[in-house]
Amino acid sequence: MGTTASQLDTLRLLEYEVSVHSSIQELTFLTKQEILHAYQRFDELVPKEVKNRLDYRISMNDVLTLPELKANPFNERICKVFSTSDIKDGSLDFDDFLDLLSAFSDSATLDIKSHYAFRIFDFDDDGTLGRHDLEKLVNCLTGGTDDTNLTPDEMRQLIDNILEESDIDKDGTVNLSEFQHVISRSPDFVSSFKIVL
Amino acid sequence: MAGNFDLNQPLVGAGLESPADEEGVHVSFNQLIAEQCQAGERLDGFELQQLDEESRDYVAELGSGFESSGRGLYDIESDDDGRQTDPLVSVPWSSATMKILSSMPSRTIGRSRGAILSQYYNKTLQLRRRSQSRPSIRDFSHSSRPSIRGYGMEVDVIDGPQSEMEKSERLVNNLQNLSMGDRMKMLRGMPLSVVEKKELRRKTLQRDKPLTSSSKIPCCSQLKYYIIIAVRHSWYSWLSFLHSLQLWQFLLKRVGGRFGTGVLSYFLFLKTLLFFNVFLFLVTFLFLVLPQAMHPPELPEERRNFTGLDLISGAGHFTDTLMYYGYYSNFTLRRSCAGQHNTSASSAPDCLSKRLSYNMSLAYFFTIGMSFFITCIILVYSMSKSFGRSFRIDKSYSILAMKVFSSWDFKVIKKSSVELMSENNCTQLKEILAEVVQKKEKTGPCQALWRLMVHGLAWAICIGATAGCVISVYFFSEFMHKDLQRTARLANTNPLLKEASLLALPALVSLLNLLLPGLFNLAAWMEEYHSPSVRTYVALGRNLMLKVSVLAVLCYHWLGRVAAKPSDINLVCWETFVGQELYRFLIMDFIFTLLNTLFGELLWRLFSQRVLGRGRKPAFDIARNVLDLIYAQTLAWIGVLFSPLLPAVQILKLLLLFYVKVSSVMMNCQAPRKPYRVSQMTTIFITLLCFPSFLGASVCVTYTMWSIPPSTSCGPFRHLGTMFQAGKRWVQELEKNNPDLSVVAKVHAYLVENPFFLFVGAGIFLIVIYFYSQVVDGQRKVIALLQEHIEKEGVDKKYLITQLQSVHERKKGISRRLRSQDSGC
Repeated sequence: MGTTASQLDTLRLLEYEVSVHSSIQELTFLTKQEILHAYQRFDELVPKEVKNRLDYRISMNDVLTLPELKANPFNERICKVFSTSDIKDGSLDFDDFLDLLSAFSDSATLDIKSHYAFRIFDFDDDGTLGRHDLEKLVNCLTGGTDDTNLTPDEMRQLIDNILEESDIDKDGTVNLSEFQHVISRSPDFVSSFKIVL
Repeated sequence: MAGNFDLNQPLVGAGLESPADEEGVHVSFNQLIAEQCQAGERLDGFELQQLDEESRDYVAELGSGFESSGRGLYDIESDDDGRQTDPLVSVPWSSATMKILSSMPSRTIGRSRGAILSQYYNKTLQLRRRSQSRPSIRDFSHSSRPSIRGYGMEVDVIDGPQSEMEKSERLVNNLQNLSMGDRMKMLRGMPLSVVEKKELRRKTLQRDKPLTSSSKIPCCSQLKYYIIIAVRHSWYSWLSFLHSLQLWQFLLKRVGGRFGTGVLSYFLFLKTLLFFNVFLFLVTFLFLVLPQAMHPPELPEERRNFTGLDLISGAGHFTDTLMYYGYYSNFTLRRSCAGQHNTSASSAPDCLSKRLSYNMSLAYFFTIGMSFFITCIILVYSMSKSFGRSFRIDKSYSILAMKVFSSWDFKVIKKSSVELMSENNCTQLKEILAEVVQKKEKTGPCQALWRLMVHGLAWAICIGATAGCVISVYFFSEFMHKDLQRTARLANTNPLLKEASLLALPALVSLLNLLLPGLFNLAAWMEEYHSPSVRTYVALGRNLMLKVSVLAVLCYHWLGRVAAKPSDINLVCWETFVGQELYRFLIMDFIFTLLNTLFGELLWRLFSQRVLGRGRKPAFDIARNVLDLIYAQTLAWIGVLFSPLLPAVQILKLLLLFYVKVSSVMMNCQAPRKPYRVSQMTTIFITLLCFPSFLGASVCVTYTMWSIPPSTSCGPFRHLGTMFQAGKRWVQELEKNNPDLSVVAKVHAYLVENPFFLFVGAGIFLIVIYFYSQVVDGQRKVIALLQEHIEKEGVDKKYLITQLQSVHERKKGISRRLRSQDSGC
């Protein structure tokens, strides 16, 4: 594999963890091969001189160089949601990276996917999808360039319709339960909320 | 006078409002309102003054974050009071209200650890009690406002933030009492980060059995440890190698990354068909081909040499090979002893034991029967699973919300595809918006009549074209039949020419299959459907109609004409001839598909880009390609009886087709612009594979086995009245040899041959379906009631918040008056 000594040690450490304690694999929806593959991809982004590779935090900009995330309009939100760093800068260590892959994997439950989708779409992190969040979401969906944007009138109408359809308790926002209710009726969600490394 | 919550915190921008700030979490309504009531009429200087001053500075910032929510709740009041609701002006909610709004449990349930822990505490509790997934009414504690989330929410509302440790402890307690599998499933399903889950698991294991985990560490020597690690390392390398070999994984990822889930579903369907054929091939190979290959029968003298044409026509050299029905012997194959080939039924060598015998005709009958039966089960199972995924009880239609929330395909990686997808989304959203708005407009009667006429004309064209095709196939097949009869009577005919002429009918059918869908597309373009899904369904319906009718005519030709009087065309073995026909049809279909893909799509792209001047490449027509796959598979299924090696041909064909299609799609096509409901279409395709395709094939095969007399001089069923009698005879023989097994024979006679059993079975089936449909109706009613209930809860909430706000306003007013009085004095 062309690994250095330190990389091989960490790989062995990981194997030890994975095989003897079966720690990570049980907590995620990934298979052992997927975890190893994820480790290989993660390792490529860690600078060569780092010793303790599993604990190293990759900055958000480095994560965004992954081809699977580069072109995605939600890439920054994804990093911020899965990051457990104290300064909330979107940096990911290996555990966070596995969390990300697990939530986007084939076998993750609808619950997990809808939970994380909600958090990704909640741009202002206030726990619900307000008008502002929905507007940003639609802009991400339509590309945000001038000729693909909706006119302000259309945007207002669109958001009014969305709220009318999904806001059951009529408080002007879509909370997690309402979001999950809409998602549960949409059979395409599970197949589209997937990232494969 | 310190309140229960710390109001002296500086209100920094939006940071306070984030529920991740867990000190502010779960400051409850109860506490606040209770305090307000206690404070009552006391007019001492409240911190609210301080709060008020601060809030005036910051409310503008807060307002920008909260105007939306404030607006929603505030709409009613503003109209009543006639206040301005300009969102840029500072929102009149006080920041205490804001703080409470932000920490409302319905907003934090997704984020705060405490809420998630208590939610999962309740889930584990239910698992422990092994109760049903829906909580019963008894489990709700009594409250004046019974709410749906009551069973989870009460715990959050009452406990404060300091009891998160307690919640975690209680959850760990519950987890310990679950079985290992349940525990892991629960841990896996929690939306917490891996670090937190590791912590929970560590705590659970700590209390569990602290000794066993340490005993797993090999304590012996370092050498042993390294050996184990080395073994594991090589095992993982092997596993990752296998993973990389996973059929077409990388190619499929590229296609999905560029075209999205819709086009990917076509390739996944191809993969599914490949697995069906592999299964069929394995079964026929193991049970039919292999035994027969080990005991080859005597061959007729005139065995022609191999020519290139044989690959396409399947005749000539291939006629007397394992490939076709005619090669298979009808007797019991016995293991030769003393090096002799002894394959006749009459003489029974002494050195044989009965166990080594292999009854070929029985094996043939049962293999075909069992493989069809198992394929049927697999198809019905996958159809029902797919149907269950895409069918939704709730009738309320929320297309826009669903579209916005679930339409972004995270699999798409390529930048240009992402841009394309964004453009598509924009167009589709605008279209759906226009549709929603336009629904109210009614078309005039003149317009409606005109549309009806256009539709009628289009359908007339399509049905006429289909009928024309069917008639032409019928007459052409009759013509070919007569031609064969004529050449059969002639003495000296060029065998190559004869073979080539046999290719005419397949070529015609493939040509019609290629051209007519184009005509259907033209008709659909003329009709200008409003809704793209209706358009897809209509196209599917027309194509299906064409293929089903053509196949029906062909089956009549084979089973009704050829099989009825095989001596007319000098056929010794009509089954081999039918097998060859099917082989020819498959190969011709493949050749035409290849030509169409390689040249047709390329030419169409050049044509549309250069001549028509469109900037885009043509879209990949998923529905049509899938129907082509289903058509080929139907042919393969019909042909298995007559040619046991046909699944192998189909496998090779599908493999080649995959690579050709992938390269063609990459070069010539783009993702479909119309919205494509993937799971619905996948369900439809599986259903089409099951119902017209597999059902038709099995009806054909069953009819052949049941009522057509097999040819008398070839194949495993010669000297039998029908193929079915092979099974019957075996049962009779069994009965003769072991009288105890007469029960089996009787059961067989009743079940298979008595129609009464079928009626009873069908009746029970219908009753069960009716029962389930009633259950679904009831659930729909419950959903409607619950939605009303939630709306009323929302009204409650609005009322309480506005009451809270008015209490604050009153206090503010009173304290302001007090202050002005104080300062005045």
